[in-house]
Formats: sequence, C-alpha cells, structure tokens
Amino acid sequence: MPRVSMRVNGAQVSASVEPRTLLVQFLREHQRLTGTHVGCDTSQCGACVVHVNGKAIKSCTTLALSCEGAEVTTIEGLAAGHDLHPMQAAFRAHHGLQCGFCTPGMIMAAIDMVNRLGPDLSEETIRHELEGNICRCTGYHNIVKAIRAGAAAMGGMPLAAE
Amino acid sequence: MYAFDYHRPTTLKQAGNLAAKNAEAKLLAGGHTLLPTMKQRLASPPALIDLSGVAELSGIALKGRNLVIGAMTTHAEVAGSDLVKAALPGLAVLAGGIGDPHVRHRGTIGGSVANNDPSADYPAGLLALGATIVTTKRRIPASEFFTSLFSTALEEGEIITRIIVPTGAKFAYQKFRNPASRYAMVGVAVAKKGARVAVAVTGAGADGVFRWAEAEAALARRFTPKSLDGVALPDPKGLNGDIHASAEYRSHLIGVMARRAVLAASGK
Repeated sequence: MPRVSMRVNGAQVSASVEPRTLLVQFLREHQRLTGTHVGCDTSQCGACVVHVNGKAIKSCTTLALSCEGAEVTTIEGLAAGHDLHPMQAAFRAHHGLQCGFCTPGMIMAAIDMVNRLGPDLSEETIRHELEGNICRCTGYHNIVKAIRAGAAAMGGMPLAAE
Repeated sequence: MYAFDYHRPTTLKQAGNLAAKNAEAKLLAGGHTLLPTMKQRLASPPALIDLSGVAELSGIALKGRNLVIGAMTTHAEVAGSDLVKAALPGLAVLAGGIGDPHVRHRGTIGGSVANNDPSADYPAGLLALGATIVTTKRRIPASEFFTSLFSTALEEGEIITRIIVPTGAKFAYQKFRNPASRYAMVGVAVAKKGARVAVAVTGAGADGVFRWAEAEAALARRFTPKSLDGVALPDPKGLNGDIHASAEYRSHLIGVMARRAVLAASGK
C-alpha cells in the first residue's frame, strides 16, 4: 500500500493507506480525529470540512493521497490548550448548535470565511457563504449570529453576546 | 468505491506517459464529480492519475488579449483572480457561483470542461466566449469540444493543459439553480464582441450545451433584453424534462435567463 505523509494540526503524520482512502477516513480512522464528521458522504452537507493548506475543503471528496505533503487543520487543532478558538467560543456563547453534528464543519467553514473575506461579515454574506454547510436542527439563525460574533472576535473587535 | 491503482505525477510529461500506458485510467483533477461517481460505483477505473501534483497545470495569465487559464486552476482561483476580474469580470462571477466555497477550493476548470456535465456552468460560458481548449495534442475550439452529454472531443490519453479565453467581450452568465442540488436547471451565457453575439445554454439541452441562434440574431441587431421579445424559444422537444422541471418550463427559463444575462452583460 502507498504511504502518505502530511502535517495534521501541526504534527507530522504518516501511514500506509489504500489508494481509495478518503481524507476524512484517514483523519477519523487512522488518526483517530473523530471531530470531523461524515454527514452525507456526497459533498453536500459540509460536516467533513477541514482546512488543507489553509483552505476549507470537503474531506469526504478528497483522497488522502492527494494531500501528500499538505498542512491539514481539523476542529481538534483550533483550541490552544483549554482556550477555545474565538469562533468556537462564539458558537458556545450564541448557542450556534443543537445536536452538534454539523458544528465542526460549520466552524471550519466560518474561519475560512473570515480568512477570505475579513472579520466584518454581514448577515447576508454569512448566509450566502454557508451554502456548502447544512444544519438540520437550528434553522441557521444562531449559527449566523455566532459566525458574526466569532468573525468580529477574530478581528479583535468582539460583538456583545445577545 | 472499488479499489484502484494510484499515480501522482509531478510533471505534465509524466502524466502524459502514464495516461498513454494506462488506457483505462481516469485523470483526477479536483475530484468533485469523479470521486462521487466512483463512490456510487457508477465508475470503477482500474487506476487514477492524480494531476494535483502537476504545478505547471495551474495558474492564470493574460497573454495579449487572451486569458490563459491552466487546467488545474480552481474555481476559487478564477473567481478571486484580479486578472480575470479586470479582463472578463463575468467569468469571475461564473466561477464564483459554482457549487459552494469548499467545492470551489477543489473543483477545476479543466475537470469541469472534461466532464461536460449537462448542468455545468463553464461549458456555456466558454462556448459563448469562443474559448479554445488546449490539450497535450492539439487546440480544440469550444464549439467542437463539447459534443454531447458527458462527452467531449477528447481522445484517450489526451490531457487538457489550459483554456484560452478571448477577452474584450461584454459577457455575463445567469443561471436558475435547482433549490436542492444548486446545479443549474438552466444557465445562459451571453457574449457580445463587436458584431459577434453568442448565446449559450446549459442545463437544458438534451444533447448538452448548445447555442441559441435565434436569440443571437435578434441580439446582434440590438443588444438589449427587449430584442428577445417575440423570438421563438428553443423547442422543448430538444430539451430535457425531469422531476425538477419539464422541458416546457426549461424552455421558458432560457428566455428569462437570457434576458437577465443580457442586462448583466450590459453592466445593468
């Protein structure tokens, strides 16, 4: 079996994998990083979103071998020890979840949104940019609030929690 | 997904040699159509040749009056490119409307045209713009490249290297998205450059992307949405009908999207 090496959350990892191994399988089953979820497995729901070389991608539709030498960040790589990433903290403060299954993908997508568009995100922009992430519980309302606040916090100008 | 052999060349030459040696192998670009198709076991190639390591296939340049876009350039790169936004803003808008942000980080222009999905956005845009698809063997005008549903003029072992897109046209693409899948139920690209007006339609044709000649003739006389009043819509007999939309409804949508595209191309 071919061998694949990449950096995951700052740590160099390597494993022998079948070529058909998806990045999400590599993360969950080989690295035991089960925070990244598989919702639909058809690249629609966004529960599997991780960052590869700084960009949000759907890890259910990417081969692990295609990520040779890549820098991968998952939900587990965001917090600094016990200090949550500002976007994680905002999801907690604004209750941006109910069952929580979509949350890791939502947070990874939200951080990517800030990386691309900056910290001052309008509600309209956030709703539009969430096109690739599906939540079946919340109706998105608190997710949008959380992302606005988390984005502002990432930019160093926190919005008050409502 | 069935098991397959995997190759990851780092140069175009290596990729070409691998493709020549493995006639049954599939080329993997962004993988956002091929991998789902393999998961459903609708495709089971014995080998994949992953082009993601071939750096020379990526990038955007302005050469003379043409945009030259590498086959492995992602939709996000086209959408965000200052060169594209300045030279052909409608193409940046088209690329920025494909799929969702995560899909745009992986999906590529070469993969999209090679697959020629009847609902894909790029085929309509490139056909309207009179683009040229450059491969390891030849240059193929878009008008000869897209042959039918999921079919192109590509031969076995032939690899798309770049797409040459003429600039200088008033250009816009407008689509009506399926509310669930977000694919175009109908998408219309309109380009006007001098006396040449092209109207290309995706998502609707029974044979895939096509040009709407009657609309082109009307718009060549005067480039305004009103020119399409009274122009016969494409015959539903040549259009797709499915659970999402009947052929008659698609025919109607072509008229609506074409008007919107003309407005957008006129900067309104």
